[in-house]
Amino acid sequence: MPGLLDQFGEFMQRDRSVHPDAYTPGYKTSVLRSPRNALISLQNSLSEITGPQFSPDELGPLDNDLIMNYAKDGLPIGERIVVHGYVLDELGRPVPNALVEVWQANAGGRYRHKKDQYIAPIDPNFGGCGRMLTDQNGYYFYRTIKPGPYPWRNRINDWRPAHIHYAISGDGWAQRLVTQLYFEGDPLIAQCPILQSIDNEEAVRGLIAQLDRSAFIQLDSLAYRFDIVLRGRRATLFENRVQGGGK
Amino acid sequence: MRHMKINQFSELKETASQTAGPYVHIGLAPKAAGFDIFEKNFTNVLAGSDTQGERIRIEGRVFDGSGTPVRDVLIEIWQANAAGKYNHPADRQEKPLDTTFRGWGRACSDFESGVYTFETIKPGSVIGRNGRPMAPHVNLWIVARGINIGLNTRMYFSDETEANAKDPVLNLIEWEVRRKTLIAQRSEENGQVVYRFDINLQGPEETVFFDI
Repeated sequence: MPGLLDQFGEFMQRDRSVHPDAYTPGYKTSVLRSPRNALISLQNSLSEITGPQFSPDELGPLDNDLIMNYAKDGLPIGERIVVHGYVLDELGRPVPNALVEVWQANAGGRYRHKKDQYIAPIDPNFGGCGRMLTDQNGYYFYRTIKPGPYPWRNRINDWRPAHIHYAISGDGWAQRLVTQLYFEGDPLIAQCPILQSIDNEEAVRGLIAQLDRSAFIQLDSLAYRFDIVLRGRRATLFENRVQGGGK
Repeated sequence: MRHMKINQFSELKETASQTAGPYVHIGLAPKAAGFDIFEKNFTNVLAGSDTQGERIRIEGRVFDGSGTPVRDVLIEIWQANAAGKYNHPADRQEKPLDTTFRGWGRACSDFESGVYTFETIKPGSVIGRNGRPMAPHVNLWIVARGINIGLNTRMYFSDETEANAKDPVLNLIEWEVRRKTLIAQRSEENGQVVYRFDINLQGPEETVFFDI
C-alpha cells in the first residue's frame, strides 16, 4: 500500500537556511541561550515520525474566538479581525488535525501576563490566547483584536511590530514549530532584531500575513490570510532495507 | 498561493521559526501566566490513574551560558508507553497500545526557582532504525525567550546502563564525554521515583541537541 507508506515516511531534512541561527547577537537574549556546539543530525526513527494527536472534544466552543473567549462585561477594544489560512507540508499536502495555538498582546501592546509591566493598560475583556484544530483540508481560522506594537528591552528603544505568536503541532514530532505572524505593511517589520535573526528575505515574507479583502465581513471585521508550511514526509519506496553506513 | 512556486515537483519552504518569547505561557499555559480561560488545559501530567507502568517524576532546570537558571522556559516531552509503543498510527510495532496514555505533555519552569517537572511513566524500549532497539528515552523540545528555534534533545535513564550502552543514538555521538549529558539520574524521594535531568544550553557541560 504505497499510500500508507507515503503517509508515514520519514520527514525531509530541515532546511536550516530558512530559519534563524541559534546565535543572533542583535537579539541579545540569544547570546547566552544558544548552544556553542553543532547540532547532531539524527536520522528519523519512530520517536521523530510520530507525535501527539489531539481531538476536537479537548477544545471549547470559543477557543478560536479571542473576541469572545475572555469577554466579561463587554467587548474588547480594538480592530476586529479574522485570521485564516492553510497548514500545508513542503509537498503542498494539507496537514489535517494540526493543533494551532496562538497568543498575543491586546490593542495597546499589553500582554495579560504577570511579568508584563508595560504602562499600556490591560483590557478587562481580552485574554489573548486561542487554539484550534485544522480541518481535513488543513484549514484553520480564528477571530481576534489586532495587537499593538510593543516596546522591549533589547536596545533601549526597540519595538516589536504588531505580531501574533503561533505554536503548531502537526502529525510528527519533527514538525513541531513556533513562529510569529506579522501584518502586511507594518513599517516596524524592517527594524525588528527578532525578524532580522532570519537571513532569508523570502522566509521573512512568509511570516507576513496579507490583508485578504475576499474574507472581510461587511460592517464587522477585516481579514488576514496566513498559511503555514510544515516539514514534508518522504515517500518510503523501499521499507526496512539494510542501509549502508549505518551503525 | 502567496509566495508559493507551484510546479511539477512543487516544494514549499518550511515556515521560518521565531522565538516563543517571554510570554509563551499566555498561549501554551495560561494558568502560569496568571489567568484562567480554557475549560481543559494541557499539562505536565501524562499518566492517568489507569495508565500502565512505573510512575516517575522528571525534574530539572535549564541553565544558560552563565549558569543562571532559565526561568521562562517551556518544555514539551513525547514518549512511548510502558510497553515501548507510541500512541500514533505510524507506530506499527506489535505491542499493546495504552489508550489512557497520549505520551505528550508540557511544563513551564517555575518563575522563581526555574524548576520544571513532569508526572509520567517510564517508557519501554522502542525499535529503532534497522531493527536495532533504542534504550528507553523521552524526547524533549525546549522553547524560550532567546531561543530562535526549538531545541530537540533526548533524556535517557541512569538505571538502564546496559541498554544505554547499545543505544544507536547515544552511540552516534562520537564525543563519548558528551553522552552523559543525556542521562537523567534516578533517586527516590518519599517512595516517589525521581529522575533529575538538568539541561545546559551553553558552556562546558552543554547538553547534546539534535537536528531531527
